[in-house]
Amino acid sequence: MIPASFEYVRANSIEEAIGALQEHGDEAKLLAGGHSLLPLMKLRLAAPEVIVDLGRVDALRGVCETDDGRLAIGAMTSHQDVIDDDLVRQHCGVLADVTAHVGDAQVRHRGTIGGALAHGDAASDLPAALLALDGSVIAQGPNGRREIPASELFVDYLTTALNDDEVVVEVRVPKLDGDWGWRYEKFSRVAQAWAIVGALGIVKRSNGSIEDARVGLTNMGTVPVRAAAVEQALNGNGTDAIADAAQQAAEGTDAPGDLNATPEFRQHLARVLTRRALEAAAG
Amino acid sequence: MTAVDTPPSANVGVTKLRKEDAHLVTGRTSWTDNLKLPGMLHVAFVRSPMAHAKVTGVDVSAALEQPGVVAAFSGADLVDNWSGGLPCAWPVTEDMKSPTHLPLATDEVRHVGDAVAVVVARSRYQAADAVEFVEVDYDPLPAVVDMEAALADGSDLADTSLDSNKSFTWQKIDGDIDAAFDGAAHVTTRRFINQRLIPTAIEPRAVVCAPPRETRETTLWSATQVPHILRLMLALTCGVPEHELRVVAPDVGGGFGSKLNVYAEEAVCLVLARKLGQPVKWTESRSEGYQATIHGRDQIQDVSLAFNQDATLRGMKVELLADMGAYLQLVTPGVPLLGAFMFNAIYKMDALSFTCHGIFTNKTPTDAYRGAGRPEATFAIERLIDEAANELGMEPFELRERNWIKHEEFPYTTIAGIEYDSGNYEAATAKAKELFGYDDLRREQQERRDRGDKVQLGIGISTFTEMCGLAPSRVLGSLSYGAGGWEHASVRMLPSGKVEVITGTSPHGQGHVTAWSQIAADALGVPYEDVEVRHGDTAVAHKGMDTYGSRSLVVGGYAVQSACDKVVAKAKRVAAHLLEASEDDIEFEAGTFSVRGSPDASKTIQDTALAIFAAHDYPEDMEPSLDSDATVDPENFSYPHGTHLCATEVDTETGQVTIRSYVAVDDVGKVINPQIVEGQVHGGIAQGVAQALYEEAVYDADGNLSTGSLLDYYVPSAADLPHFQTDRTETPATTNPLGVKGVGEAGTIASTPAVINAVVDALRPMGVNDVRMPASPRNVWEAIQAANGGAA
Ligand SMILES: Cc1cc2nc3c(=O)[nH]c(=O)nc-3n(C[C@H](O)[C@H](O)[C@H](O)COP(=O)(O)OP(=O)(O)OC[C@H]3O[C@@H](n4cnc5c(N)ncnc54)[C@H](O)[C@@H]3O)c2cc1C
Repeated sequence: MIPASFEYVRANSIEEAIGALQEHGDEAKLLAGGHSLLPLMKLRLAAPEVIVDLGRVDALRGVCETDDGRLAIGAMTSHQDVIDDDLVRQHCGVLADVTAHVGDAQVRHRGTIGGALAHGDAASDLPAALLALDGSVIAQGPNGRREIPASELFVDYLTTALNDDEVVVEVRVPKLDGDWGWRYEKFSRVAQAWAIVGALGIVKRSNGSIEDARVGLTNMGTVPVRAAAVEQALNGNGTDAIADAAQQAAEGTDAPGDLNATPEFRQHLARVLTRRALEAAAG
Repeated sequence: MTAVDTPPSANVGVTKLRKEDAHLVTGRTSWTDNLKLPGMLHVAFVRSPMAHAKVTGVDVSAALEQPGVVAAFSGADLVDNWSGGLPCAWPVTEDMKSPTHLPLATDEVRHVGDAVAVVVARSRYQAADAVEFVEVDYDPLPAVVDMEAALADGSDLADTSLDSNKSFTWQKIDGDIDAAFDGAAHVTTRRFINQRLIPTAIEPRAVVCAPPRETRETTLWSATQVPHILRLMLALTCGVPEHELRVVAPDVGGGFGSKLNVYAEEAVCLVLARKLGQPVKWTESRSEGYQATIHGRDQIQDVSLAFNQDATLRGMKVELLADMGAYLQLVTPGVPLLGAFMFNAIYKMDALSFTCHGIFTNKTPTDAYRGAGRPEATFAIERLIDEAANELGMEPFELRERNWIKHEEFPYTTIAGIEYDSGNYEAATAKAKELFGYDDLRREQQERRDRGDKVQLGIGISTFTEMCGLAPSRVLGSLSYGAGGWEHASVRMLPSGKVEVITGTSPHGQGHVTAWSQIAADALGVPYEDVEVRHGDTAVAHKGMDTYGSRSLVVGGYAVQSACDKVVAKAKRVAAHLLEASEDDIEFEAGTFSVRGSPDASKTIQDTALAIFAAHDYPEDMEPSLDSDATVDPENFSYPHGTHLCATEVDTETGQVTIRSYVAVDDVGKVINPQIVEGQVHGGIAQGVAQALYEEAVYDADGNLSTGSLLDYYVPSAADLPHFQTDRTETPATTNPLGVKGVGEAGTIASTPAVINAVVDALRPMGVNDVRMPASPRNVWEAIQAANGGAA
C-alpha cells in the first residue's frame, strides 16, 4: 500500500476527534476500521491530509438499550461484535444476519458499523438494512448531538447528511419484538464480494397475514432504497400476495449498469430476490 | 558403514511432505521484495493513462526536486542503453511484424500502463509521490480494441509505425480439407470467444538489481520463472556481457506463465543499478501488474467439424483471431500455435486446417498463461463435440468413443503430425463415469427437466489430452521457436555421502526440491533427507531452460535421473576397484554395491564417494570424481490426458451457476509424488473453472482496463470452488525413462470446457446452445433471454 503522505492524529475521546475535524476541515478524514478508506487511499483515489483515528475511543464501542426501547450500537463496534452481541441477537437478529454477509472474517473483525454507514455506499449491505429497519444514527458535532434517520442519512453516491465536523457516535435500531421473520438475499459474483443486488425482506406476521412488510434494496441506485410499492401491496395481505407484489420491486429504483449487470438485469434480480427474501421471511 | 536398507523405490511414487513447505508456511521466505541491500534505492514507473497516444514531451525536472528523489529518466534519456527492444523469441513466420518494443516508450504509447519514464528515490513512498510530478504530454490517437474492427480496411492502427494491425497469418493444413467438408453428411460450426484473462500470481512481480562491487558481476534478482532465459536476453537487450550478469530467482510465489518473460522493468532496473552504481528495487502493486504484466488467452475461434453419416469425423477447420496486445512479448505469437496440434485432440480425422491471424490491439500484451494455446484449443473441440452430439442426436460420450484413438492404437500419429506415445481414454473415462455417478445424474437431470425445476442440472464432459513437456529441440526449431527444449542437471556426491542436485528448472511453487530429491534418492540409493536440490541462480545452476509448459519433470526430472545414472556407473567402477572384483560382477541395489555370489563383500555408494574424495586408491582410467552432468533432450512431447466431469446447477431465474460435483481422472503416466500431482490438478482445475465462471479482463472502447483490480476482476477463492474428486489411471510415457507426463497445466486445460458444457447442458431445454465465458449470472441470463427461454 503506497498512499500519499498524511498526518496521523489519534483521538482519545469523541471531543478530541471533533476538535481535530474542526481544525482541519475537509482535509481531515476519520479512520474507523479503515476497510473502505484505506483501499481508496492506497489507489490514491482519496488523499486526505489528516487522518483522525477513532480506534482508541472506547466510548464508541458496545451495545445497550435506550430509554425509548431501542438498541444503541456504538459506531466503532466491529461487524463481528455486532454479530456476536446478545442484545442484537435477541432484539434485532436481522441486523446480525445481514452483518454476517459483509465481506470475509478479516473484514468483519476490522470494519465497523459506524464506518459502513458513514461511508454511505449503496452497494454495501448495512445501509439498506438500516433503512428497512427505520433505524437512525446519532451524530455528534461541535454543537452537540442530533439524530439522523436512515431515510435522511443517505443523500447521494458516497454522500451522507453528515457534516464534515460530525462523528457518528451511535447507531439506533428498533427492537423487533413480536412475530418477525427476515431474510437477506445477497447476490454476488463470488463468495466474498459486494452485492450485485441485495434484497432484505423483513415481515411481521399476525393472524396468518402480513402486518408489516419492509424491503430494503442494496445497489439499486446511488442510495439504498425501500421497495415501497411492494411493502404497500403486502401489508394486510396473506403470503400468497408475495409473488405478485414482488413484481413491483424495481419501481422507483435507479439501477446502475456495470460489468456485472445491466440496469434491466438488476431490475429483474431485484424482483426475484425480493420475492425469495419475502417468502423466506414470511415462511 | 552400514548398508542403507531401503527398497529401490522407497521414495518415487510415495507422498512425501514437501521439503519446501516449512519455510513457506512459517514466513521465512525470501521473496524478491523481502531483499534489502545497503543503499538500495526504489524505482517507480510513470505509466501511460492512455491506450494510444503520441508522446510529445516528457519533463522530469519537477520530479527531481521532490524529497528523496535521486534520479528520473524519460524513455529518450535511456534510449542509448538498449541494444535492441525487448525480445520476442518466437518469430512464427518470416514476414511476422514485430514492432520495436523499448523498455521505456519514447515517442508513442500503445497500451494503458505502457511505461514512459522512471523515478528513483530513497523510499518507495517518495518514488510513488514523485511520479505525479513527471509531466508527460500526450497527443491522443485512436485506440484499437476490437480484433475484427482492427482487420477492416482503413482501420485505425494500434501502432503507427505499421501499415496494418496484422502481425502474421500462420497456416497449417493436413489432409484434404476440402474433400473432408465437401463430402460431409453433417457439419457443426460455431464461433467461440476465449476471453482475455489476467494470470494473478499471488506474489506480484518484483526486481532487485545490484551493480558490480568486488567483481565485475551485476546481480539481478527477479520474481521470474526463467532466470536462465532472462540472463541471456537481458545481456543481449542491455548490452551487458553474459558472463558478468548473474540472475537469481529466489522464492517465487507462482507464475502461471506471467513470469515467463523478459520485462521492461527488469531491463530498466538492470540499467539503473549500473548507471547509478547503487542497488535498486521495484515491486509492482496489484493494479500496476494488471496493466504491466502479460495477459492470457483472448481468441475468437471459428471452428467446424465435418462428419460422415455414421458420425465418424472427417475433418476440422479452425480459424483464429488471436489478440497479441500492443507488443510481442517473449513467446506471444507462438502461444496460439501450440493449439495448432491440439484442436484435433483425442480424435481421429482425415483432415485438419488451422489458420491463425495474430492481431495487434492497444491492450496489454498477451503471452503464455497456464496451458498456453492448448486450453483454447481444448475448449473449442470439447465444446464443439458436445454441440455436434446434440445436433446428431447422440449421447456426447457415444460420439467421443466413436472417434477417439483406441488404447490399442498407440503410439498414434495424429492428423496434426505428432505422435502420441501412450494413452488409454477408455480407462480414464470408465473410471470417471463411475466415480461421478453419471447415470444417476442423468436421471436426476431428466426429472428436473420434466418438472420444470427453476434450478436445472447440467452435466459437462471433457475428454482432454494435451501436449506439454516442451522439449524436442529439433521440433521446436522447426516451429521457429527461439531456443531448444533440453534440460540440464548436475549431481554431486559429497565426501560425507550427501548429495547435491543442481537443476536447470526453476520452481516457483511446484515442489521440485521434493520431487527431484525423491528421484535422486532412489536412483542413488541414498536417504531422501540426504539430498539437497539447488536451483534458480545462474551462479549455482549454470545451465537450464527453466520452468514452463509442464516441462520440469518430464525434461528436468529426466535429466536428474540421467545424471544419477552416470554417478552410479562411476561409483560402480570405484566399488569394483575397492572390492577387487570385475565390474561385471558388481550388483547395485538400494545404494549398495555387492559382488555377485559373495554377499559379504560390499561397499555403499557413500563409501565410494569418500574413497574417490580421498583419491588414494581408485581406478587408473578414471578421474577422481563421481560428479556427473546430464543434458537431456527428449525426442517427443508429453501427452497427459484424462476425463473430467462436472455437474452444475443453474438457477434459471438469476443465471447463477453452482458446481455441484466435479470428478477428474487424470493420466499423467508414472507419478513421483501423488500429493504434488493432486495439488497441481486441484490448482489447475481452479484456474480453468475461473475462466469458465469468473474471470475476464475487460477493456472499454477507449482501451481502459475496466477490470483493473481484484475488486472487479473476480478470482475465485476456495469458498467458490467445489470439492474436487480426483483419481488417476496410469499409462506410462514411453518417451522418458521415468515414464512420467506433465501435470502442471492439465487441470486448467481440461476443466474449462467441462464446466461450460455443463452449463449449456443444463439450459439446453430452454433452447440455449452456447453461453459466453465467463458464465456469470449476467451472461447466463442473457443467453436465456436470447434463446427466449423466458425465465424473467
Ligand atoms: C475486502 C473487503 C470486502 C468488503 N466486503 C464488503 C461487503 O461484502 N459488504 C459490505 O457492506 N461492506 C464490505 N466491505 C466494507 C467494510 O464493511 C467496511 O469495513 C465498511 O464499509 C467501512 O467501515 P470501516 O470501519 O472500515 O470504515 P473506514 O474505512 O475507516 O471509514 C469509511 C468512511 O467512513 C468515515 N467514518 C468512519 N467512521 C466514522 C464515524 N464514526 N463517523 C463519521 N464518519 C466515519 C471515514 O472517514 C471514511 O470516510 C468490504 C471491505 C473490504 C476491504
